[in-house]
Amino acid sequence: MDATIVGRTYPPAPPHEVTEPSVRAFVEATGGRYDGGPAPATYPIVPAFDAMMGFLEAEALDLSRIVHGEQRFAHERPVVPGDVLTVALTVATLRQIGGNDIIGTTSQVTDAAGALVCTGAATLVHRAGA
Amino acid sequence: MTTPIESGDLAPRTFTITRADLVAYAQASGDHNPIHQDEDVARSVGLPGVIAHGMYTLALAARYVEEQAGGRGGVASIGAKFTKPVVVPAEGVDVTVAGVVEDDGTIAVTVTCDGVSVLGRCRATLRA
Repeated sequence: MDATIVGRTYPPAPPHEVTEPSVRAFVEATGGRYDGGPAPATYPIVPAFDAMMGFLEAEALDLSRIVHGEQRFAHERPVVPGDVLTVALTVATLRQIGGNDIIGTTSQVTDAAGALVCTGAATLVHRAGA
Repeated sequence: MTTPIESGDLAPRTFTITRADLVAYAQASGDHNPIHQDEDVARSVGLPGVIAHGMYTLALAARYVEEQAGGRGGVASIGAKFTKPVVVPAEGVDVTVAGVVEDDGTIAVTVTCDGVSVLGRCRATLRA
């Protein structure tokens, strides 16, 4: 990968509609109970993962070579059912270590009104080809 | 929605992760990478077996913090490095989550599996 991708922002995936069933499925998969209300703090990975897939596709990178190295979320407000979330992913940093690409991404998660809901920061390790 | 937590150690909790949980999480999250579901695929890429999504483990850390804080919606930030894979055998595996509330209110979370820490620098903060 070359450094020209740093600073590039990728076209957003289709908006993600947060629903009670979508939050319940997420909560129950991690053993919890959901009776309505805010989504868990890591729920924004759902649209953020879509955005990451769009980035991988745009750069012709293979998911099977990607290792998720780090993930952080900073929340402006809780995500709640009814939110329609759009994620814009930007490549923030790129380093090469041992033939692997260490890609730092930031994802801005905004609501239907365009207001920032949360920011995700992910480190993706793209393993060198065999 | 959330209750303030005082400085000091939080009681640890143990959660069991099963392969059925990982299948449900793949559906809920959209991450269908087969290394989290298929033993043969996981071994073919050099893993010891099916591993949990890093985000699954981080979701358990978030669940722990949210339960300590008295409900969802109060986390201002959370994150971690995924330092060690959590191998999930057919019979499932236990992970233990613990936390220490630092003087500035930051919650330092540890997640261990078989006594080995699997997340690096897992930190959460609550909304003021």
